[in-house]
Amino acid sequence: MSRLLKLNIFRYNPEDELSMPHMQEFVLEETDSMTLFIALNRIREEQDPSLQFDFCCRAGICGSCGMVINGRPGLACHTKTRDLPGEITLLPLPVFKLVGDLSVDTGTWFREMYTKTESWIHTNKIFDPTALEERMDNKDAVAIYELERCVECGCCIAACGTARLREDFLGAAALNRVARFLIDPRDERTDRDYYEIIGNDMGIFGCMGLLACEDVCPKHLPLQNQLGFLRRKMGITSIKRLFRK
Amino acid sequence: MQTVYTDFLVVGAGLAGERAAVEAAEAGFSVVCLSLVPARRSHSSAAQGGMQASLGNSVMGEGDCPDVHFADTVKGSDWGCDQEVARLFADTAPIEMRRLAHWGVPWNRVVPGKSIYYKGGKQYEKVEAEEKEGLIMARSFGGTAKWRTCYTSDGTGHAVMCTMDNRCAEKGVEVHDKTEAIALLQDGETCFGVVARCLRTGELRVYLSKATMIAAGGFGRIYPNTTNAVICDGGAHTMCVGTGVVPMGNMEAVQFHPTGIVPTDILVTEGCRGDGGTLLDVDEKRFMHIYEPEKAELASRDVVSRWMTHHMREGHGVKSPYGEHLWLDIRHLGAEHITGKLREVYEICTSFLGVDPIHQLIPVRPTHHYSMGGVRTNKDGAAYGLKGLFAAGEAACWDMHGFNRLGGNSLAETVVAGGIIGRKVAEYLEGCETEFKTGLINDEVGRQQARIEALISGANGSENVYKVRAAMQEALHKGANIFRTQEGLEKCVAELQEALIRAKKVGLRSNGKGVNPELAAALKLEGQVKLALMIAYGALMRTESRGSHNREDFPARNDRDWLTRTLAYWKKPEDTLPTLEYEPATTVVEIPPGDRGYGHSQIISADDKKE
Repeated sequence: MSRLLKLNIFRYNPEDELSMPHMQEFVLEETDSMTLFIALNRIREEQDPSLQFDFCCRAGICGSCGMVINGRPGLACHTKTRDLPGEITLLPLPVFKLVGDLSVDTGTWFREMYTKTESWIHTNKIFDPTALEERMDNKDAVAIYELERCVECGCCIAACGTARLREDFLGAAALNRVARFLIDPRDERTDRDYYEIIGNDMGIFGCMGLLACEDVCPKHLPLQNQLGFLRRKMGITSIKRLFRK
Repeated sequence: MQTVYTDFLVVGAGLAGERAAVEAAEAGFSVVCLSLVPARRSHSSAAQGGMQASLGNSVMGEGDCPDVHFADTVKGSDWGCDQEVARLFADTAPIEMRRLAHWGVPWNRVVPGKSIYYKGGKQYEKVEAEEKEGLIMARSFGGTAKWRTCYTSDGTGHAVMCTMDNRCAEKGVEVHDKTEAIALLQDGETCFGVVARCLRTGELRVYLSKATMIAAGGFGRIYPNTTNAVICDGGAHTMCVGTGVVPMGNMEAVQFHPTGIVPTDILVTEGCRGDGGTLLDVDEKRFMHIYEPEKAELASRDVVSRWMTHHMREGHGVKSPYGEHLWLDIRHLGAEHITGKLREVYEICTSFLGVDPIHQLIPVRPTHHYSMGGVRTNKDGAAYGLKGLFAAGEAACWDMHGFNRLGGNSLAETVVAGGIIGRKVAEYLEGCETEFKTGLINDEVGRQQARIEALISGANGSENVYKVRAAMQEALHKGANIFRTQEGLEKCVAELQEALIRAKKVGLRSNGKGVNPELAAALKLEGQVKLALMIAYGALMRTESRGSHNREDFPARNDRDWLTRTLAYWKKPEDTLPTLEYEPATTVVEIPPGDRGYGHSQIISADDKKE
């Protein structure tokens, strides 16, 4: 009754001198409500225990399982096999360093991004444990959270034309991060401070506007709006800098 | 071999570990966190609901204070908790929530004026006060007297995790991700760090530290069906069990949640039932009102889970390729309500099941959710048995949850305990001098290398790691689940003992080279089976029902004999059962044991104790 799925999976173990990059075919019987999480775990447990892939929450919250699914970066955990044809091709995300098979190193990339963007609240205020919390408009809180929903899966980076061309491009995830702090009233950085971080070709002026980042974002973040918002802000900052000098 | 030296080593980079790390880093110490995954992927990030703290800003939280929070927590624990710890927690939680706001958490804030809320499917109105505008808002949660749960939309854990990890980056806390600790370095008295395996290359690495903390979350993955992330597999606990001197506290206390979706056991919120959703059986008939005429679907978590399991046992479950389940029906709430108030549920159903809950039933079953048990510590977070070893968060049995945890208290515990214990660690480091014995380190590394080689060569046998793991999970599922009996637990213990023998004979089928996932699974399997035995054997010996521990053959809560905490040791590697010891549940008693006001009410009083 149920389909036999054919999965073509990229295989390469850089730690094994005998391993060569190649595609390997696995055949698996489809079951009800099957996701790629279930399928890949079944292949590992029943067919090839060495198969490397990353899952963590398996619920679309943590962003571990970004991979290229039939040509498109996405989260494997919430990809149902019934929405795919009988032949499925799985590749690791490009741009990030390959760990093995479908597993890539997004952690190092994102940690470097935090450092570059100084991804924390910059304030001179000191916390007073005896005082009431500082008030904040709920609208601001909600707006910040909408940008903070990024799960750092790396799909937007993997799908980005500029990021594929130049290693030092910050990419949509980083620009979104900057926007998150820019709208936060607790962060005391000025537009000129942000200009130092993103006011160049590695940042906001490197984007080619291909829109793929927003197309593939599994959390449906408004990445293009943020890019437009930041580019306007930084454009104005750039002009102001010229006149001040 | 690479050796990394640091003052403070944290195994785990979730909220508890990173909060403690920040505290030590601010005191001037070097800190390294080890994590299986990038820090923000920690299971802390999956928590949606919120964190309990008695700020009392919302009109529905008026009059709330640490005393009320403390009382709710003690009742929730079924008087199994350490009351001194629960007090510390309730008093500190408000400060910690405000601190998080200062660090950048976008807590939802009070919006003054009229708004609508639902309770038991009915609509009510409330008016938030003008003078509270912009303060941290709270929402309602089960088992609490007031609206006390601070939240960031439906992604509290994620938002707090981002802020905490930012704070770590700012303070120079190093997070070594894709790194798995596999053994403690210790001499039976003091802990000196860990031996770890790099999950980028497969190489072993040594981490030496003056203080080491286990903050690796729960171990739900030793059950077959759990809401836990796949990294919550108890690997860090197995290191502690392996020392023989560090006990696990209250391992038999395991929380089950009524509505995990089938097959992936992702949670759909209790809000479904709160807003009027119903549970249906194979004939699409309601059944909860038969068992609980008054509260029906709105009885407490443990009660609903129990009756659902009972009903399936009676032959009313829906058969599926993933085992039996029941249905959750929210169709009558309507499209507007489901895509509005229950947006997250709608997304989970459509994304993960391909089920449209506006028109279709949601397959659900009670599923493993939270481990109240863990590495037993004192109120300072110091582990029993080894100097220099600490534990915090779900990994620990600090013991503010006792035998049942209230929703919203675990996420709050991570940062509250992390902060308190982090300061204690900093105090410990202040006067700490250590000698690292190279012989001891070499011996341990040698032992781990030998284990790995034996697994790869199949020197001990050719048992399949996944099959043995499945046997362990199945034994726990059948015997140490929501309902427990002497017969079932005895069988469970016997099956687990069999699994233990098989676990010692595992051999890899793959070559084990590099970041081999089969090797990672094999390295922790024997320890996992020992954890499972601690649960089953502890449950077999505890002849009463308390909180989540429900013995059909001993339905009463027995304060006369069991107002105690179980300490489970694995004293010698060749033992086939854990050694159980007991200590009083609490030494400070602010609230003497009484009726919780929900669930079972049979109590054998402590006053019945014969002198």
